[in-house]
Amino acid sequence: MTRRTSRLAIAAAITLSFTMPVLAQQRAAAKPFATPRTPDGHPDLQGNWSNATMTPLERPAGLGRALTLEQVARLEKIRSDTIEKLSRSSDPDRPAPPKGGDGSTGAAGNVGGYNYFWIDAGNQFATVNGERRSSIIVDPPNGRVPPLTAEARTRQGERLRRAQAFREYDNPENRPLAERCLMSFGSNAGPPMLPNYFYNNNYTIVQAKDHILIMTEMVHDVRIIKMGKGERLAKHVRPWMGDSFGRWEGDTLVVETTNFHPLQTLRGSSDDLRVVERFHRADANTILYRFTVHDPTTFTQPWSGELPFVKMDELIYEYACHEGNYALSNILSGERARDREAAARPPKP
Amino acid sequence: MENGASGLGSTPLSYSLEPHPRSRTEAPMPRRRLAALVPTAVSLALALAAQPLGAQRTSIPRTAAGKPDMSGIWRAMTNANYDIEPHNAKAALAMRPGPVVPVPAKEVVALGAVGAVPSGTGIVVGGEIPYLPEALAKKKENAENWLARDPEVKCYLPGVPRATYMPFSFQIFQSERKFFIAYEYAGATREVYLKDPGPPQVDSWMGQSVGRWEGNTFVVEVTGFNDGSWFDRAGNHHTEDLKVVERYTMTGPDHIRYEATMTDPRTFSRPWTIRLMLYRNVEPDARLGQFKCVEFVEELLYGHLRKTPLKP
Repeated sequence: MTRRTSRLAIAAAITLSFTMPVLAQQRAAAKPFATPRTPDGHPDLQGNWSNATMTPLERPAGLGRALTLEQVARLEKIRSDTIEKLSRSSDPDRPAPPKGGDGSTGAAGNVGGYNYFWIDAGNQFATVNGERRSSIIVDPPNGRVPPLTAEARTRQGERLRRAQAFREYDNPENRPLAERCLMSFGSNAGPPMLPNYFYNNNYTIVQAKDHILIMTEMVHDVRIIKMGKGERLAKHVRPWMGDSFGRWEGDTLVVETTNFHPLQTLRGSSDDLRVVERFHRADANTILYRFTVHDPTTFTQPWSGELPFVKMDELIYEYACHEGNYALSNILSGERARDREAAARPPKP
Repeated sequence: MENGASGLGSTPLSYSLEPHPRSRTEAPMPRRRLAALVPTAVSLALALAAQPLGAQRTSIPRTAAGKPDMSGIWRAMTNANYDIEPHNAKAALAMRPGPVVPVPAKEVVALGAVGAVPSGTGIVVGGEIPYLPEALAKKKENAENWLARDPEVKCYLPGVPRATYMPFSFQIFQSERKFFIAYEYAGATREVYLKDPGPPQVDSWMGQSVGRWEGNTFVVEVTGFNDGSWFDRAGNHHTEDLKVVERYTMTGPDHIRYEATMTDPRTFSRPWTIRLMLYRNVEPDARLGQFKCVEFVEELLYGHLRKTPLKP
């Protein structure tokens, strides 16, 4: 794994061991709330939003859908301790890390890449209808992605075999999309738009007359949702983030997306992946975001999740990733240096 | 298909013949508001029926607050991305000396006519960019090293105003509270803040944009640039002191007059202005394309770092 992906995996793994006190949503829920509306009468979803959360996509074993207050309190303590530790200033006089790293595999990487200043992994569990959620997935009721079909398992095996034709540092195309500055981590831009448990889980929504725009801060990725009916793209035309059409069902924005990019698979999804998203203004600070994943040749049943998008009072930055992507060339050239060292080494007797 | 005829069916109600106090959408509406709309719909239908088939709408669409509504897909019709100053057609952007006349450099010769440069009458008001002497020398050096230096070759973000007149479309998303521009090229984006957030916190490729209305003209001040972007493929450049003031004025339902004035005392002897028209894509099912070119330049930027680089 790369530094970034290993950090991500760690971040995901320890997600449940983090928490922070006080919920903006809970404070807001106490106030009377009138849905803000655009001049055409629809709920106004515009603004900057974050879906950073400690709640993982899938429910860890042994937990119910709602965490108990005791669980939250215990995990909160671990979380705040960890943040405090990672927030300490670096010692500018510290020596270089030992060759090969210091053995740690935390978010700072094993050579001290990031302290907590750079990280925004979410500091609270998702709150939906007053429940502190243990998973984003709510259906199936066990909070897990449903089992793959036999066809999907075969397909996954083929994908794996194709990937194994290369080593992970052979070519730029063998690197993850985020490291290539093509898309954010995981399914950040989606759809479904899922938190990446690391940073930059930030979005801008703009509602024009017949189009709605959702921009994901990383990597300034714009999804344009055409409202109403229209021609779907040809089946083989597969843009990043797919082809989205929207409609209002009462006060809920419903968006259906198909034509996903072949490199943007979701948990082994097929070309027939269809995602339906629902955006509902829950209170002054919250959009309740719900989604359902349909892909009958891949999953033994559709699956659905929900999480809050919380209002941000901060600006979105320009995530000019590619323009400053020294990492990709350094990673590849580092591996080429290792290749040369290996070639220069005398063969073992 | 005639644009006017094909457009009738999908013409949003906000393109009614007079500015309407409330903006409408094509999306289905709750029933309680439908009733209120009936008189408008009827009068609109009558008005449209009175027009000869193929007639264009003539009034400027407006938002609920009465501002010109520029939402839609737009594109410049100019060769200015090759060179914003007036220029002749030529064989290529990268040239080398030939036995008789200069010829395309070997890196681009295989492109033939596809790599040639069309002529342009220029978009710079007065024809010439008022460079300071050293900046002019740098421009010439940039042009001579175009292939290595043009940020467009590497799929870098285009900056402002170049994003406006590249040979790609862009889409404006406008509401009472927001003004956002999404560009097809490189997936570049720009939110034009309607409330000034204060000085830009960091330099950026697309700058920080703050917009205001001066009558029917949307005026955007863009600051906080880095020095990475160019104005065109001819090497026209700026420093991070660049300030751009853009003016968007709808001259009809499907046209925007675009002006931008550049100030950069380290590069130019005085402010200078470009002027061009922007044209709406009036196709009923018009879409903004997606040109995320980062992956298209990986061979260029990283090909030499493959385990087994491709043979020359």
